[in-house]
Amino acid sequence: MSTQSVLARLPFGRRATLQQREALAGIAFISPWIIGFFIFTAGPMVISLGLSLTEYDVLRPPTFIGLENYQRMLGDPRLMTSLYNSIYYALLHVPLSIIFALSLALILNNVGKAAGFFRTAFYLPSVTPAVAIGTLWLWLLNPRVGLINRGLEVFGIQGPGWTTDPNWIKPGIVLMSLWSVGSTVIIYLAALRNVPNDLYEAANIDGANGWQQFRHVTIPMISGAIFFTLIVNIISSLQIFTEVYTMYFGNQTNNAAASAGLFYNIYLFRQAFEFLNFGYASAMAWLLFVIIMILTFIQLRLSKRWVYYEGG
Amino acid sequence: MSAITQTRTTYAPSARERARNRRRLFFRIIYIILLLGFTVIFIAPFVWLVSASLKSRAEVFSPDLIPDPIMWQNYIRVWEAAPLLRWLGNSLWVGLLAATTVTLSCSLIAFGFSYFRFKGRDTLFNLVLATMMLPGVVTMIPVFMIWQSLGLVNTHAPLWAMNLFGSAFYIFMIRQFYLTLPRELFEAARVDGAGYFHMWRHIALPLTRTALIVVFVFEFKASWTDLLKPLIYLRSPQLYTLPLGLKTILDRFGQGGEMEWEVVMAASVIVTLPMIIIFFLGQRYFLEGIATTGLKG
Repeated sequence: MSTQSVLARLPFGRRATLQQREALAGIAFISPWIIGFFIFTAGPMVISLGLSLTEYDVLRPPTFIGLENYQRMLGDPRLMTSLYNSIYYALLHVPLSIIFALSLALILNNVGKAAGFFRTAFYLPSVTPAVAIGTLWLWLLNPRVGLINRGLEVFGIQGPGWTTDPNWIKPGIVLMSLWSVGSTVIIYLAALRNVPNDLYEAANIDGANGWQQFRHVTIPMISGAIFFTLIVNIISSLQIFTEVYTMYFGNQTNNAAASAGLFYNIYLFRQAFEFLNFGYASAMAWLLFVIIMILTFIQLRLSKRWVYYEGG
Repeated sequence: MSAITQTRTTYAPSARERARNRRRLFFRIIYIILLLGFTVIFIAPFVWLVSASLKSRAEVFSPDLIPDPIMWQNYIRVWEAAPLLRWLGNSLWVGLLAATTVTLSCSLIAFGFSYFRFKGRDTLFNLVLATMMLPGVVTMIPVFMIWQSLGLVNTHAPLWAMNLFGSAFYIFMIRQFYLTLPRELFEAARVDGAGYFHMWRHIALPLTRTALIVVFVFEFKASWTDLLKPLIYLRSPQLYTLPLGLKTILDRFGQGGEMEWEVVMAASVIVTLPMIIIFFLGQRYFLEGIATTGLKG
């Protein structure tokens, strides 16, 4: 029996009621999200913005100080260091991980069924808890006895002080981050498999060589996936926390990493929960939010020029 | 495709075609060798982790693969030094609660956003998507203050209870699955007099099983690996989850501590192994989840 015939048999006034009932039921179904949005997102955003205009150390009630926290940020060398470190990390990590993941995915796409096995192997580091990754890499990167420098020794290279030399702390962290590139590989591989084969056939007939096919068929067809990983990677790399906190902060001190490994979210966390400067930490959170908004906006604008959407 | 191949064969001499195939095979072998090399690089840290966890203190940094002697005692030592079983239990409990609540709430909410037609629905859904961009640190402090005022700091509640209200990314993901279900499926049940909740429970829920398992395994993994929330909310060591436990073990026995890396390595194996096992059991769902939605794992 179709819906229409049922509706037709109902008294005229009931139809509106049915629609209203559907609307009410729909709102009931999404109500958990609406409630959660007000309690855990919208409300806290307002409070956080308010707190950023106060001095608040949890023990005494907050006092309003206007924009002083934001002014203080400009003159805070630690904050500038942490911002510099996070941007430095993002600038190295994002392009390297995209190139590395894309290379692996391109090779995987050419080996047929065997790809499944390798894909699993590459993804394993991504299910490893971040604290375990930090711990493991602290041990691997040990300058004197760690396996990485021992491996370099085999080739006659004297490895750098990955965990002791301030100039090498961040490159060491980037190296560690490339180990967890597996999920990006899987995204690219899925995108590569969606490229219709007849496009390559056509390019072949037109006499396009391997590079030309890659440049003019593959890249445009997977540009959506590249764009997605670019945005997600930039946002997440600016917020790196757990691995580095595990390696260099907490109940231990590593003097070399105290400023070379101080990333934005680590400094924010320390301001909030170690020094109990809730006001200052809130102001820091808003600065990060604004930076991420601007970056995402720029990327969305630029994407119109280089991202190809099929049928769009 | 076959038509094109046939046309091409008539143009190309068969010798050239054979050379092409040989070259293709040659490259495939090169690729496999390359991939094997990368596999060794990706897997080696795990192998050495397990190996180091079984070495003596003097040997723990040695590059030898097979420990000699094999020190099973390390595992007993770490078991005695820290309440690992307790932490393992806490991690499991919090992980199961977090994953179960988020799966059910997101399934309900996503159903509300896909089947029902009402004014403002799409605006609200865009708001759901927009919240994904918000960095967690913006709400971190006020949310802490909420839990503090409820007297629930130093309990497990802040680690999972927010999941009762759904989570933007999973809502989006499950909704994608709902949108593939034909509306007639539900209309038929409604004609038979089924209520909306009944429709969700007996039609929507079973038909999106795959999506729900994907959400469940992802949230379980997220909860199992999280350090930040336990760091903020947990004070008593008996409430710790494994990541925070491992961090305390590292601070005590590792860098700058008592330098007993074999104990740290044994603890790392205990923290990592359950996740690896779960991954192999639910591999299909992990890979499907990432590939179809582009989620960062």
